[in-house]
Amino acid sequence: MSKTVTFNDRPASDAAPVSLEEFANASNAAAVRIEPGEDVRDLLPHLERLALVEINFPVFGDGRGYSAAQILREHGFAGELRAIGDVLVDQLAYMLRCGFDSAAPNQPLNGQAVQDALNRYPHAYQKTSGTSPISGRGPIWEIRHE
Amino acid sequence: MYEYDQYDQAMVDARVEEFRDQTRRRLAGELTEDQFKPLRLMNGLYLQLHAYMLRVAIPYGTLNSEQMKMLGHIARKYDRGYGHFTTRQNIQYNWIKLEDAPDILADLATVEMHAIQTSGNCIRNISSDQFAGAAADELTDPRPWAELLRQWSSFHPEFSYLPRKFKIAVIASDEDRAAMRLHDIGIQLVRNDAGELGAKFFVGGGMGRTPMIGPEIRDFVPADELIHYAEACLRVYNRYGRRDNKYKARIKILVHELGAEEYTRQVEEEFAHMKTLGLNPPVAELARITEFFQDPAYDSRARDELDLTDPDFRIWVEQNTHPHKQTGYAIANISLKPTGGIPGDASADQIDLMADLAKEYSFDELRVTHAQNIVLPHVKKSDLYALWQKLDEAGLAPPNLDLISDMIACPGLDYCSLANARSIPVAQKIGERFADIGRQKELGELKLKISGCINACGHHHAGHIGILGVDRKGVENYQLSLGGSGAEDVSLAKITGPGFDEDGIVDAVEKVTDVYLRDRTNGERFVDTYRRIGMAPFKEALYD
Repeated sequence: MSKTVTFNDRPASDAAPVSLEEFANASNAAAVRIEPGEDVRDLLPHLERLALVEINFPVFGDGRGYSAAQILREHGFAGELRAIGDVLVDQLAYMLRCGFDSAAPNQPLNGQAVQDALNRYPHAYQKTSGTSPISGRGPIWEIRHE
Repeated sequence: MYEYDQYDQAMVDARVEEFRDQTRRRLAGELTEDQFKPLRLMNGLYLQLHAYMLRVAIPYGTLNSEQMKMLGHIARKYDRGYGHFTTRQNIQYNWIKLEDAPDILADLATVEMHAIQTSGNCIRNISSDQFAGAAADELTDPRPWAELLRQWSSFHPEFSYLPRKFKIAVIASDEDRAAMRLHDIGIQLVRNDAGELGAKFFVGGGMGRTPMIGPEIRDFVPADELIHYAEACLRVYNRYGRRDNKYKARIKILVHELGAEEYTRQVEEEFAHMKTLGLNPPVAELARITEFFQDPAYDSRARDELDLTDPDFRIWVEQNTHPHKQTGYAIANISLKPTGGIPGDASADQIDLMADLAKEYSFDELRVTHAQNIVLPHVKKSDLYALWQKLDEAGLAPPNLDLISDMIACPGLDYCSLANARSIPVAQKIGERFADIGRQKELGELKLKISGCINACGHHHAGHIGILGVDRKGVENYQLSLGGSGAEDVSLAKITGPGFDEDGIVDAVEKVTDVYLRDRTNGERFVDTYRRIGMAPFKEALYD
């Protein structure tokens, strides 16, 4: 089991995730794992009882998981969102901004490198589901017209 | 022109430091080449046949003389004294050392430039009409909209690992000078019945192995919904674009496989959802950006008359200038296609000179065109003669805009690791065959485009005459195609038949132009004649 890195103060959930297929037949599961080709919208009626959604990135270049995370957050998912798989340090800032709370990468990440990556960009041009880096403020266009 | 504020500058500076750190890790062996590759690609750094190639973004092809000077400085200090202007209105340097790349990005940042997202599977530099803000036929200046899209697409966290690269073009004239319909998203600014400006969206165009003309999917998106609509288009693509096969991963394949109607339905559904999220910058932001693109201080007394007694000047004016919206002014095109030259290349000295001339004669502004030329957009007609003389002295006044020698050519096998054949020598030989300018003018508008492989960076599908270099059992072979267009009469070229060797393709081009001269009727361009008479007479001349 790889080590979970958290991006914020939320404690990492220890719920054991089931696959989306299993989830459909397991009405009491509180954690689920989503693969890139699966439709995360299937979860929308069940968001309230989910404590953890793991989104798998089998290869870092497959960016479908970013959309999956955004969709969950846009529909009010308040549990933990965790990126798993081929998660590299240079993707973490984008994950944070799409609403991820944590990552459990295949290859362990250097703690300092994680902090550097999360704190690299002072602002963001887009409004997204996650927090903006460093400034904690809204997108640049919003700051400009405050 | 747009100017950075503290936020824009902070983002670009952060990118420079990030890339400096990544390069340090690579040089120290902390990153493997496999791990480093996607990081350098997001910064426009490719590993080519002989060296690293750096592609620098020129957003919507607009730059000022200080920025142009910086491009000359980089060519001189870090490269071999020249640069190559590309079909995406960018510039590439072919002989870059990896350890210099962070310093180059830092130099660029001092003049509000960067190489962000000039490669990689992300939203690339936004392109536009090179005559924007100057053309007599435009509805409005498309560049503020392009800048809004530039900012939205920069470091977009959801759309930085798309199935494949993604190119957007914005125009605001019925005449299409940006090959808009051959982009992943093509936007034409239009007015609705209420007189409001908005965006008509075409999605799923592209060249490459499977060329497609983008279908219209929405006739009007209001200004305050532009980003919502673009988000919707991208989200459907990011989720459902094919990732199993690199060659079927562009959005054109998704739109084609789903059908434009079904793709549109999904986008509309997503759009309705986006509107509830408030992701679109307020109209005040578009207004803020638009302020930077106000007209320069034209001389309202500038005279429209022009002394054309010098015959060489006259030829240049007729061929290389375009009507300006302001009386007494013209748009001047600087051709980077001298006979025997490399299309799109300019030396550091030429780059400096063009910067100086822009400062002196064009309100400090230059443009790069997708046909790999440079534009001085606002030249007083009374200055044209002096401008032309200075250009001519520097070899920058070939009077061949839109003529057969104004070719688009990719770098080809001389530089590119993807290429199957050389493009540059073919371009040079065709240029020499048709060197006589009288002969070129007799042939009229003739867009010849050369790609050194099936990826079509040289736009051969959109050429009135297209040439595709292929590898046939280890020998370079060139296929000829006819009848393409990247303009408002957009069409895809059709292949004539079996290919030719390097000298054979030059002869073949001459044969098809002979057919045109024989069969044309009054006022017909090459492509018009082809459309009227069809392929058969050309095939007969080529193969019988």
